[in-house]
Amino acid sequence: MNWRRAAWASLAAAPVVTLLAWGMTRDPNEIHSPLPGREAPAFALRVFAPGEPPLARTVGDTLTLGRMRGKIVVLNFWASWCLECRVEHRDLSTVARQMTDKPVQFIGVLYNDVASAGLDWIQGMSGQAYPGVLDPGARTAIDYGLYGVPETFVIDGKGRVAYKHTGAIPAELLTLKIDSLLAAGSAASAPTGPVVP
Amino acid sequence: MTRLLAVDALWFGLIVSVVGGIVAPIMIARGKRLGQWVTIAQAAVYANFAVVTVATLAMMWALARHDFSISYVAQVGSRATPLFYTIISLWGALEGSILFWAWVLALYSAAVVYTNRNRPGLLVPYASAVLLLIALFFHILLVGPANPLHLVSPIPLDGPGPNPLLQNHILMAVHPPLLYLGYVGMSVPFAFAAGAMLAGEVASDDWIRLTRRWTMLAWALLTAAVIAGMWWSYEVLGWGGYWAWDPVENASFIPWLTATAFLHSVIVQERRQMLKLWNVNLVVGTFVLTLLGTFLTRSGIISSVHAFTQGTIGFYFLTFIAVVLIGSLVMVAGNSEKFRSQGQLDAALSRETIFLLNNLLLTVLCFTVLIGTLFPLIAEAVRGVKVSVGEPFFNRMTLPVMVSLLFLMGIGPALPWKHGNMNDLKKKMIPGAIVAMILASIVIAFGSRSLYAVLAFAFAGFAATMNVQEFVIGARARQSAHRESFGTALVRLVKGNRRRYGGYVAHIGIIVSAFGIAASSAFRSEGEATLKPGETLTVGTVTARLKEVWGREEPQRSVIGATVELVRDGTVYATLSPRMNFYPTSQTPIPTPDVRSTPFGDTYMNLMAFQPDGSNATVKVILEPLVPWIWIGGGIICLGALLSAWPMKRVA
Repeated sequence: MNWRRAAWASLAAAPVVTLLAWGMTRDPNEIHSPLPGREAPAFALRVFAPGEPPLARTVGDTLTLGRMRGKIVVLNFWASWCLECRVEHRDLSTVARQMTDKPVQFIGVLYNDVASAGLDWIQGMSGQAYPGVLDPGARTAIDYGLYGVPETFVIDGKGRVAYKHTGAIPAELLTLKIDSLLAAGSAASAPTGPVVP
Repeated sequence: MTRLLAVDALWFGLIVSVVGGIVAPIMIARGKRLGQWVTIAQAAVYANFAVVTVATLAMMWALARHDFSISYVAQVGSRATPLFYTIISLWGALEGSILFWAWVLALYSAAVVYTNRNRPGLLVPYASAVLLLIALFFHILLVGPANPLHLVSPIPLDGPGPNPLLQNHILMAVHPPLLYLGYVGMSVPFAFAAGAMLAGEVASDDWIRLTRRWTMLAWALLTAAVIAGMWWSYEVLGWGGYWAWDPVENASFIPWLTATAFLHSVIVQERRQMLKLWNVNLVVGTFVLTLLGTFLTRSGIISSVHAFTQGTIGFYFLTFIAVVLIGSLVMVAGNSEKFRSQGQLDAALSRETIFLLNNLLLTVLCFTVLIGTLFPLIAEAVRGVKVSVGEPFFNRMTLPVMVSLLFLMGIGPALPWKHGNMNDLKKKMIPGAIVAMILASIVIAFGSRSLYAVLAFAFAGFAATMNVQEFVIGARARQSAHRESFGTALVRLVKGNRRRYGGYVAHIGIIVSAFGIAASSAFRSEGEATLKPGETLTVGTVTARLKEVWGREEPQRSVIGATVELVRDGTVYATLSPRMNFYPTSQTPIPTPDVRSTPFGDTYMNLMAFQPDGSNATVKVILEPLVPWIWIGGGIICLGALLSAWPMKRVA
């Protein structure tokens, strides 16, 4: 065994492994959504799952983006056949319950699924704090350029998409995004200049 | 119950791989109780095969029973999917495919140990330890990042079903298993090479003989897999093509090239005791390239239609590649003096020279495709830009090499070992040259002005004639020497030297496929039109008439189709039904083209769009000459490889 030669040869592996290791840090499927920073597509979606008080809505009502101006809207696309959606579901409800006293509206959009399967799923997952809506023909999903489920859009008080998340969203990240929007919103609406008594 | 059985089996497999892959070789190397540890290593291989088989069968059972408490079943299963596609979704997603991979590897390992059970020496014990080490890696994946057996709670009532593309065609039952058999099969030559180095049996030529046969088997399966993949892409994806230089297609093609190079250069080693170091590098390189190919598909590092969902698994693969790469480089470089050539090149005009050129070209081709595939990554690393490398690059870079290879394929068989004679060669080349010129004129007469199209046809014709000629010359010689009929002489000739003539059969298969590829690339014609029922579309010699647009509901999907009649002189001679399948979990419809095949070529029809009320439909008609010959060529290649690699009966 010629160890010196072996050592030199093994150096040849370095560039290949380095390149691949660097590649691991990239996400080729990261598709730059043009939506963040732009106006969120309007929607009108019918409630099929009421959610829990105080966030409950009447089944059959229509939720529209237009009537939620001034509120932060968390639009979460999910389906009963989606495994990844199970991962984030409890987190979404937890964050929604923590935010009940703030101007935040959570909406769960059922994607390519039927209402009965969605209701069974919600029951199996021990409830959902916020209302669930139907998206017939996946029109809203197409408007939002949905790539798969779950996907979550955070829309600010002015109706602009502030953040898009692909895959299960962690509670801390969602809270952070909402809090920073709330902070920015209150800062913007706070009076500037000297206060005249 | 099923889940626990499979989980236990996989953990047991992990333990067995540690014992057989790590403990046994260390004990064998220390030389204590040698016989006992050799037996333990063997038993470990069989035990691993048994437990992985149990786990795989349990998973298939769970899929068939719709046991949605198992995460993999919940991920790919659906009650509406037909049983057949439910079971083959074993390899439809990441975790299941890793399990299937582990099973194929266990199968190969058991076959290697069984077929060599009476062979003395330490080559096979070390080789089986290497195979178990590879198995250990897959066991770690299966209990770690690619565990298919997580408990899902609450248990879903139904699942999304497999990826629609994977449940749309019967070839999905054929292409992936063949690919795994071919890919994983390349582990066996690697294990023999590593085993020979570990056992210090590099100098004996035993391992190279074993390696050649196993490489041949894996190569034949990989060839069949690549061609089945082309066929699947042609029948399912609806664009009328069969190869797009997609990263994953390339990933299967790159190790195929190095394996092909090895199958040729190994003959030089056996005959002339040359190229030993080169050959061991090809063996190791092929294995590393299969791992790299898997890494590219499974880690999500490069985007592709084939890519599986990503996770932490890429990191494990990268570590494994690094270990294998460094380990092999250390072993090969450390032993390089033992791989000295004893023979040397005698003359420029000889069969050895053609083999060398063939290896050179195949290696160049391999690097070209590899660089093209990895270039997006390199460009992003160096310049920070996202680029994609597409067909124009690959076609421009690879066509000259491929055409040259066709030419060499004709010359090689006509040349003798050691010293060739120019005059003999010229005489032998006359029929081939005539065929080449005839074909070139025909291609030009048909209107092709592409240099590569003309050269491809000419060289393919030349190579076909030269390879067929070898059979004729050999049989004629036997005929006059033994007074046999030509048929008998031909059969006995091939039986007498199956390795050589099997190789020529494989050449002929490649050439037949090359004709199909060249013709369908150079003479493809297509047309597209929106038709009302009764209206016609004419492309070349084919006239298509839309009869009706129809729809139908199936349990797992809805289907919209068009019935289109092909008419000639007012009579209908064929009916095609291109369709679109709508799956609930897919946003876009999955096209299902319909193809009418004849020996002269295909009429390929795809439904592009339709009016929901059935008032019109847009259909695309593509005429692709000689396409069926690509698949037939694939069959001939496998036949040749089998003929060549089938174990010889020892004549008493």
